[in-house]
Amino acid sequence: MELLHDLLTNYTLRTVALGAATLGIVGGGLGSYAVLRGQSLLGDAISHAALPGIALAFLLTGSKDPAVLMLGAAGAGVVATLAILGVTETTRVKYDSALALMLSVFFGLGLVLLTYIQRHAGASQAGLDAFLFGQAAALVERDVIIMALLGGIALLAMVLCWKEFKLLAFDRTFGASLGLPMRALDIVLTTLLVIAIVIGLQTVGVVLMSAVIIAPAAAARQWTDRLGWMVGLAALFGALSGAGGAMVSASMANMPTGPTIVLCMGAVVTFSLLGAPNRGLLWQWWRDRRNARRLRRETVLVDLYALALKHGDMQYAHDESALDAMLAWSGGVHVALERLEDDGLVTRTNGHRWRLTDAGVQQAQALADDLHLSLR
Amino acid sequence: MSLAQLEIQLVATVVAVACALPGVFLILRRMAMMSDAISHAILPGIVVGFFLTENLASPFLIVAAALTGLLTVGLVEVVERTKLVKEDAAIGLVFPVLFSLGVILIARFAGDVHLDTDAVLLGELAFAPFDRFVLAGWDLGPRSLWVMGGVLLINLIFLTTFYKELKLATFDAGLAAALGFLPGVLHYALMGLVSLTAVSAFDAVGSILVVALMVGPPATAYLLTDRLAVMVGLSAGLGALSAISGYWLAFALDASIAGSMATMAGVWFGVAVLCAPERGVVARYRTRRNQKWRFAEQMLTIHLMQHEDTPQADRETREAHLQEHLGWTPTFAERVVRRSTQRGTIERTNGHLALTPRGRKVAKQALERT
Repeated sequence: MELLHDLLTNYTLRTVALGAATLGIVGGGLGSYAVLRGQSLLGDAISHAALPGIALAFLLTGSKDPAVLMLGAAGAGVVATLAILGVTETTRVKYDSALALMLSVFFGLGLVLLTYIQRHAGASQAGLDAFLFGQAAALVERDVIIMALLGGIALLAMVLCWKEFKLLAFDRTFGASLGLPMRALDIVLTTLLVIAIVIGLQTVGVVLMSAVIIAPAAAARQWTDRLGWMVGLAALFGALSGAGGAMVSASMANMPTGPTIVLCMGAVVTFSLLGAPNRGLLWQWWRDRRNARRLRRETVLVDLYALALKHGDMQYAHDESALDAMLAWSGGVHVALERLEDDGLVTRTNGHRWRLTDAGVQQAQALADDLHLSLR
Repeated sequence: MSLAQLEIQLVATVVAVACALPGVFLILRRMAMMSDAISHAILPGIVVGFFLTENLASPFLIVAAALTGLLTVGLVEVVERTKLVKEDAAIGLVFPVLFSLGVILIARFAGDVHLDTDAVLLGELAFAPFDRFVLAGWDLGPRSLWVMGGVLLINLIFLTTFYKELKLATFDAGLAAALGFLPGVLHYALMGLVSLTAVSAFDAVGSILVVALMVGPPATAYLLTDRLAVMVGLSAGLGALSAISGYWLAFALDASIAGSMATMAGVWFGVAVLCAPERGVVARYRTRRNQKWRFAEQMLTIHLMQHEDTPQADRETREAHLQEHLGWTPTFAERVVRRSTQRGTIERTNGHLALTPRGRKVAKQALERT
């Protein structure tokens, strides 16, 4: 409650939370496409590659205006993306190597430029290395407005080209056969991704920005099979974990904002992987168990029926151990029999012997017919 | 060049070679991004190890952090096995979370000890000569030289011992499994080496630049050769080259040594992309151009042979006629004729072209091939 009160009254907290939520929305929304297109790690490469752009923008203009630095970062991100594409298309070096290479080389170049600035431009560089790990606490209202503006434009572009981007993500060749400029669309969408990354650098830093792109989208993917829902959910997850992370880090001492946001996103992903309906692991486990039990009940029922047929007497009671043996002692026969008893399909006679009821005979017969079993 | 400078370059070279060796197999197995994931995710391992040992140089810390690297590989595999996310997303999910954990651990508990994220991530090679390895009063050189030398030795031993197995598992995993070479075990052993190398190198070059040294030189070597053994050797050489040229770049700019090494690794890769024999952009451009001229020459010789000793020969062998019959522009035709006469396949006598014996052979061979 106190936190909520703070959120409304405390300027810094409100700014940081709004900024984190903004980057979560934009990163989640555009990240959905990156994840679906198998470009999750491109975000990582772009965010690392932004570093020399930031340093160069400062070196050339001498300004620390976030808009200028973001422009530099975006430029470097686009150059790195083109370099990765160029290397994979013109040489035999594979995509993953090209990613790792450009990521680390650009980062190294950024480091060279940063240290160069540090040693030659004196103290005026202070604040540039905030881009390494992000410095959410230093966000001011103007930064958030710029983030929201840029992010809003990127999201608007995404909505305007919705159909085209959907085709690009799921069936590129079909799109091309319709006469759409798929390559241009690819470049536009990647540029939008670069924008989404650039606006988050100041808050979470170049190292962790990739998580903001991947995590909300990967979580959202578990809950739905529809692109619209996925993008919306990813934006929602991004916003919630962004604002949540910002608030947690503000309410505890020595909790850096960027990593806290990433941990929140990690928690959302873990929860989604486990608990999402249909796809989630717990859901899968429960469904498998239920199916296994139903199958065992049906098998036991049909086994009993088969035994009864062999004896020529539908009322003949059989020992549980015979049924156990027919299932190769895989277990669970007793539980299955008890459930069948509850359903009124079998009854127990003197302790360990079981026989079919009339309803059980009918059901077993129907099952055997369904499966085309010849039991005689 | 002072002794300290020499020592820095020595350490840098050893680090670069130690990184390049496992890097060769990373890029051949298409797992280059795994080096990125591991080098980030070892951070919490380093922090926890540091809390327990209070000593960044402790072998226990190195082992603990290397195990974190293996844990990362395992976690990525677990997430990927659920089939709920793709492999690249699994990598991208696991390492930022582990890295964040490390950063938070440092921020919360290591405020007053000498361990900060910058140092782990960026490294500072310039300090390497100040940390000496002293044994019984004898100064045996920089400590990092011994640590990295040990890691290099381990990498070398592993590589030479399991060279055949690595080669087979890399190029034909199915056959390796069928022959009982346990590709899974080999995979984890390789990942263990990558972690060990990354952990040991972090205080020299920083964990992100380990990636540059693991991927850069092998990717460059990949453009230069088709043979694995040559590729391993070239990678080591290119690693050393990046290290030393990087040092001098840093010296000239007065900037981060590790960053310069990574930059130089990228520069050498760029040079290879442009100038590699056979596969380079320049070489391919020249091949294509040569093919164009040779094709034109063959066309010309075949054309002349077709009309040799025929009634039309007089008309067909006139130079001006080529434009009409072969569809060549006058300048192009003139250049083809000039090149061909230079190469001795045709000869020009008062406006008429004739085949030399050599030209006749060229035409016959070209026709046989088709």
